[in-house]
Amino acid sequence: MPKPLKIVVLAKQVPDTRNVGKNAMKEDGTVNRAALPAIFNPEDLNALEQALRLKDKIAGSEVHLLTMGPGRAADIIREGLFRGADGGVLLTDRKFAGADTLATSYALSRALGRMKPDLVIAGRQAIDGDTAQVGPQVAEKLSWPQVTYAEEVTSYDGKEIVIKRRLEHGVETVSSTLPLVITVHGSAAECRPRNAKNLMKYKHARTATELQEHPEETHANALKDKDYLRITEWGVADVGGDEQQFGLSGSPTKVKKIENIVFAAKEVKRLSADDRDVSELVKELIANHTIG
Amino acid sequence: MNNIFVYCEVENGKVADVSLELLTKGRSLALQLGCKLEALLLGHKLEALEQQLFLYGADVVHTADDVRLSPYLTLPHTAIVNALIKQEQPQIALMGATTIGRDLGPRVSSALHSGLTADCTSLEIGDHTENKTGKEYKNLLYQIRPAFGGNIIATIVNPECRPQMATVREGVMKKEPLPAPQKGEVKKVDVSKILNDADFVVKIIDRQIEERKIDIKGAGIIVSGGYGMGSKENFQLLHELAATLGGEVGASRAAVDAGFAEHARQVGQTGVTVRPKLYIACGISGQIQHTAGMDQSAMVISINTDANAPINQIADYAITGDVCEVVQKMIKSYRENSK
Repeated sequence: MPKPLKIVVLAKQVPDTRNVGKNAMKEDGTVNRAALPAIFNPEDLNALEQALRLKDKIAGSEVHLLTMGPGRAADIIREGLFRGADGGVLLTDRKFAGADTLATSYALSRALGRMKPDLVIAGRQAIDGDTAQVGPQVAEKLSWPQVTYAEEVTSYDGKEIVIKRRLEHGVETVSSTLPLVITVHGSAAECRPRNAKNLMKYKHARTATELQEHPEETHANALKDKDYLRITEWGVADVGGDEQQFGLSGSPTKVKKIENIVFAAKEVKRLSADDRDVSELVKELIANHTIG
Repeated sequence: MNNIFVYCEVENGKVADVSLELLTKGRSLALQLGCKLEALLLGHKLEALEQQLFLYGADVVHTADDVRLSPYLTLPHTAIVNALIKQEQPQIALMGATTIGRDLGPRVSSALHSGLTADCTSLEIGDHTENKTGKEYKNLLYQIRPAFGGNIIATIVNPECRPQMATVREGVMKKEPLPAPQKGEVKKVDVSKILNDADFVVKIIDRQIEERKIDIKGAGIIVSGGYGMGSKENFQLLHELAATLGGEVGASRAAVDAGFAEHARQVGQTGVTVRPKLYIACGISGQIQHTAGMDQSAMVISINTDANAPINQIADYAITGDVCEVVQKMIKSYRENSK
């Protein structure tokens, strides 16, 4: 039996950009971001499942989440606990704000330096940015190798880990030793649902800030000495490192301009489904060489 | 020299289309900046490929030819690219937004502390004034990309850090050879001086390469179906219309999720970006994540039972009615009227 692994899953709370309904549109035709629900980034859930499967196979292994964001991102840690994780760290500090992918990866790598995992698993990319950069950038900062676009961790014998990757043109199987950063593609197995026992166990899990801000949560406050219910919060001072490399100052990329996509009504020709309309349209398309 | 670097992908002994597209773009950027275009060619048995890169405008080809560099592995390719960037100090470095480019790019940017923008849809040269400091920058690379699920278009700049790095998806830029290849210079990279054993900790055990069979990106006409098609059987009608018109079949994410079509046909933010001369949207409501992948189509015809479907806002023609019925009528009408 391989010795127990400590696995950290990188997860991000993202606005749900996939289903922008009418209620999330402003009158000027742009998206009202505040109206979008905050969700667990989908591919990070795929990553969590791969981590939990390793934990199932290798007795004594632990899965911890690491997320960076505002206080409400503690929801991500709780969601992970409900699904089978053992703990988590929320990186939250004003000095982390305004970070691009590089400054984000610096903060995460500093935290990982303190968490000391054997293996880091992350989603390939987050749906709000779709960059797929943070995983490899973290790996480089740690000087660890990486395996991106993973679909399945197929085996681990205590020495070699074998991973199937999903590429544009097919499938590749690779092996590596640990430590390693893996990023998981959305074609991987879906994450298991919440577990009722875990839900009961962790429903009062809170960060210190949450307990302070919500004294009315008497149950959660009464349980504040239970270690397993305390979600760790770290700021810049807790992870150390070069302050200039966090947040806005550590971000080489700057946003010069943002244009909202405006869905303006343009001239649209309305046609019915009757034979004449359809046939006239087809003839017109043939005449102007669009088809034929 | 502060030139422009393009990392060229090699697969099955061929330079990837996306790399030739980037050379074409790099050439025009180099012209604007008055600098040179340098191609990075990493792999094995590359002699035949250098001429092709000259044909697409490379002034210099840095060739790293070694059996260990093919197929692609993250760490060895990162080590070579890092070494060349440190040595040549390019102002811009471009890569394809492929599984390789998106594996390599962030690794390099993290090592060199340079800014990287993924999946750019447009690259331009322009000036920039930093709001906070008032400092002015001349001739920066504007890296333009959709973000936030395609709901915004962001222009990103890297004022201070070099190189300015960007990835671009295949099919986004035009690929255009020069009338005749220019005489360029090949510079051999001394691979063994750069690589070490630790770069080979990840090993490839097996590769099953499937040539992509479905390719809707290059299609001039796309007949695309959504969840409103109702079934896989009804989707067959779209294949018939596409075959009749000489086009390809596309699909919305909802249709792919429902199993009506293969993922390779998916158009939109999480699928392929297309810009055909004609896009026929059948039973597609037109969520932003879909329209982000097709709103550059020259002409859009929408067929939907719902006259108020959002897709109609970007359509040139909106047919309200039963989609199967209309598609059948189009096939019939085309057969009657085409020469």
